Amino acid sequence: MSNTPSAASSFVKTSIKQPYIWAIAALVLLLIINLIKDPTYLGISVNGVTGDLSGNLIDILRASAPIMMIAVGMTLVIATRGIDLSVGSVMAVSGAVSMEFMHDAGDGSLGSALMAIALALGISAFLGLINGVLVSIVGLQPFITTLIMMLAGRGLAKVITSGQNTSASNEFFRWIANGTVLGFPVVFIIGAVIVALVALLVRRSALGLMIESIGINPKAARMAGIRPVGLLIFVYILSGVLAGVAGIFSTASVMTVEVAKTGFSSEMDAILAVVIGGTSLAGGKFSLTGSVIGALLIATLDKTIVFLAIPSSATPAFKAIVIVAICLLQSQRVRALFSQRRARTSTPRKEAVSA
Amino acid sequence: MTSVIERPSAPQSPHTPSLVNRLKPNLETLPTLAAIVIFVGMIIYGEIAYGRILQFSTLSNLFINNAYLIILAVGLTFVILTGGVDLSVGAIIAISSLVGVMLANAGWNPFVVIVLMILIGSVFGAASGILIQYFNVQPFIATLAMMFLARGLASMLSTTPERLADESPIRALSTEIKVIDGPKINDLVTTPNVVIAAVVVIVAFYVLHKTRFGRTVYAIGGSEQSATLMGLPVVRTKLAIYIISGTLAGLAAVVYTSKLGIAQNITGVGWELDAIAAVIIGGTLLTGGAGFVLGSVIGALVLGLMNVLITRDGSIPPEATTIITGAILLVFVLLQRLVVSRKRKT
Repeated sequence: MSNTPSAASSFVKTSIKQPYIWAIAALVLLLIINLIKDPTYLGISVNGVTGDLSGNLIDILRASAPIMMIAVGMTLVIATRGIDLSVGSVMAVSGAVSMEFMHDAGDGSLGSALMAIALALGISAFLGLINGVLVSIVGLQPFITTLIMMLAGRGLAKVITSGQNTSASNEFFRWIANGTVLGFPVVFIIGAVIVALVALLVRRSALGLMIESIGINPKAARMAGIRPVGLLIFVYILSGVLAGVAGIFSTASVMTVEVAKTGFSSEMDAILAVVIGGTSLAGGKFSLTGSVIGALLIATLDKTIVFLAIPSSATPAFKAIVIVAICLLQSQRVRALFSQRRARTSTPRKEAVSA
Repeated sequence: MTSVIERPSAPQSPHTPSLVNRLKPNLETLPTLAAIVIFVGMIIYGEIAYGRILQFSTLSNLFINNAYLIILAVGLTFVILTGGVDLSVGAIIAISSLVGVMLANAGWNPFVVIVLMILIGSVFGAASGILIQYFNVQPFIATLAMMFLARGLASMLSTTPERLADESPIRALSTEIKVIDGPKINDLVTTPNVVIAAVVVIVAFYVLHKTRFGRTVYAIGGSEQSATLMGLPVVRTKLAIYIISGTLAGLAAVVYTSKLGIAQNITGVGWELDAIAAVIIGGTLLTGGAGFVLGSVIGALVLGLMNVLITRDGSIPPEATTIITGAILLVFVLLQRLVVSRKRKT
């Protein structure tokens, strides 16, 4: 995102050196597997009346939007050496708040849709703020802080809807997930715009550098005059808000919040997307582009498993295999093995990933 | 936290501080003491507010219903003492109990089935341990991967509840044995499952406090680097604790299956969080190096009792349970934070 190259060739050159090149390779591999199963898999058809595009690729884009949101938030949190396990629960809270509000409003107007979105994002930001304060000012470990928020958030979502799976009807809200603009799904366009905005914010200002510096060496960052408290609160709030957006995305498509299932284990998807994208879990340098590609890969993996008629509840096993493979590729031991084989070629490597 | 292994200033016996010494109120035992106070407070409050808490049947049910959680919490105590975490235990229970029920129903020898169920746990634990120790993967990520793997494999086996045949000998583990025959139904009962849990606790207590292995566990939690420099078998020990945690998760699956008689691919979702909560409420520092097995048992009982009280109360919606668990967890983590920052000052 940061180094938008002018020429396509230079883009290819820089891309090949990126850690997420493996993710792209895996993505292509998955698509090829689908293509073998069904040669028309990649076909995109245009609806003559509405001009909507439809096809498996469009479905993948649609499904990747919520994962993209939480993955971007998670990237920034992980870059500060933190982790946000509460994103899935925040998604449920956000969905519960918006559905409950529109259910009570009951008029299906644009006003109540906007109000529902504002409320949902406000509460998500507040939950993120609590995480941020506990981590930065109180000094709790991010892992346990957000674990508590994950427990409490899921409970909060259930309390908001009194344990029911609340449904609402609102055409404007529904349009977010099911509508199209220029043939593309709105949900993907909004997602892409938000990612671009976040990327501009962190890469065109010193924010990204400061976040990385906290992750690389908190002490040195403090010595250099970077105040971690505000930055940490900022990234946790951002992660909360983005999770709120993801919650809106995933509830708007069915206009129902399933308090026990919405966003369940989404935090794992987000972490997986970040790791696939080449951001080290040890913090420091991060790659938003990588995380977006990671999110696309996960959405493709989910769709592929359904497409191959494997029970979707088995998906975690495949994700586990991906995590283990990536962790092994990143580990010193395996890399040492590789570098012995080709000792003379000095391939640029990402920062040492350890512990 | 290395004070546990090198405590030269302990008054009576310089090398092995007595239990009394250990339990004397100091910063290290403060969280565990707080857990005991809360547990007793909950019992008293429950007895006054709802009645029928402080009686044989309620208390024996508390142990019977939470035997699996106690076993899980003991396993996690080992892991958290070294500063690690094991998120795979809930999923291990799912796959282990699913495999167990399917094999038992297919007519396998129950003893073989039980041993296999425990071994499944050991294998997953060993896999986590190898990833963590030899490939430098963070414990959190490695056990997360094992959690996904176990849950996914369980889902491939079956997605519908599998019922253990009523006549299966495995169910014998949950036969209720009357110890004291009280008036009406107010009996002190126990099951072989509770006995298994008790044995696990006693063995774990002995291993952690009386053996070299236990001291190494505490030393790694205090500072892994120092432990290595001292020549302690860090690699072997860390591998062993993940195997212990996995094995105990397998054992917990046996206990749980025998009690409920039903296994499903979604069994045990979120139990790893309950077990972690039990360990932390019991006073084990998340950063490792300090804590007690018996504290984790208290922690598990606090969580169990909380469920009983919420059910009895009736006015608290069951949805709010996780909020309350979260709140309790937060209080204890803040308490730990206080203890650690105090210690740094002194």
